[in-house]
Amino acid sequence: MATDWTVSAITRAMLPVLLALTLVEVGSGLVLGQFEAQLLQYPTLLALVPVTIGTAGNLGSILAARLSTSFHLGTLSFDPADEHLAGNAVATLALALSIFPLVGIGAWGLTALFGSVQLAPGTVVAIALSSGVALAVLAVAVTVSVTYVAYRFSLDPDDVVIPVVTNTCDVLGVVVLFATVQVFL
Amino acid sequence: MTVREVARDAYREALPALGASLVGGLFAGVVLSGMRAELRAVPGLLVLVPALLATRGNVYGSLGARISTALHQGLVEPRIRAGDERLRAAVAAALANGLLVSSFAAVAVFSILTVLGDTVAPLPVLVATALLSGLLSGVALAGVVVTAVFAGYRRGRDPDTLVGPLVTTTGDLFGMLFLLVAVRLVLFAAGVI
Repeated sequence: MATDWTVSAITRAMLPVLLALTLVEVGSGLVLGQFEAQLLQYPTLLALVPVTIGTAGNLGSILAARLSTSFHLGTLSFDPADEHLAGNAVATLALALSIFPLVGIGAWGLTALFGSVQLAPGTVVAIALSSGVALAVLAVAVTVSVTYVAYRFSLDPDDVVIPVVTNTCDVLGVVVLFATVQVFL
Repeated sequence: MTVREVARDAYREALPALGASLVGGLFAGVVLSGMRAELRAVPGLLVLVPALLATRGNVYGSLGARISTALHQGLVEPRIRAGDERLRAAVAAALANGLLVSSFAAVAVFSILTVLGDTVAPLPVLVATALLSGLLSGVALAGVVVTAVFAGYRRGRDPDTLVGPLVTTTGDLFGMLFLLVAVRLVLFAAGVI
């Protein structure tokens, strides 16, 4: 499993995955391109983009890492009543509920500080929080499904699940932000 | 353990890392919202942003994980001055992969937008911006990752728990800052030529 520490060995191990993930991310870029006009009109929305993508990816990767560990320790079963599954899902939702209001306040406050804002702080917080809750639910669904698939195909969840989940959540972050903005504006 | 206990543990463990990356992400967002003129001048640049940011995280997160595993195994000395060959190879591979993947992303965005019939900046502008920002943010991130992982290890911290939050926080911020620097340099050079 250990890769030799040479440029070519590391590149052979990493490059195919990186190229595939890049195509996934270009997909989320294309969604951003769809509402570029709105983003350029409202700087606060643009300020929400990296932090929403990043937080969504982090929620997914933290959950994935925890589920992978429980899986390796043999404490995880794919049953909705399983306490590791349910507890981690509840924690993901609670994390989203605590972090995303700060995302909204921070994005509005920093844009107000460094430039001009057109949106009311309440609107920005509402957009951030609704995106966050939707993303937490999606992150749980994606992570549990991908971990389950990895388990069924006897793949090591550490190798597969974390990069797949992180980058899928990145894309979902943009898609959900796009959908929420259409609802609120 | 009950559901409540599992949830409380998971929440407590994750909150600091999420908080740290929140700060990095917010400042990256401020930089992005401050580069609207550049985004208008280079159509397609916004489409490229998620791929470039994710590449920074994927490449340098993996570099950090590799170095912290090697420290645990005693394969690498936690000293930069030693000029360790493995360390140099790992950093060189991260930079090379970062540059390769960044230019691949630029070509992919250009091709897809051209096929879709959208307005897109000339290919050399997108590729030059992606390469230049990949080089600048790569050097900065490799420096930060290696220095912080070594410093953390020497102070008895587990480098594995440092790498994730460190790379997500600095990756977004450096990624956006150097993207802004790169696109300004490329637009300046294009204006001169």
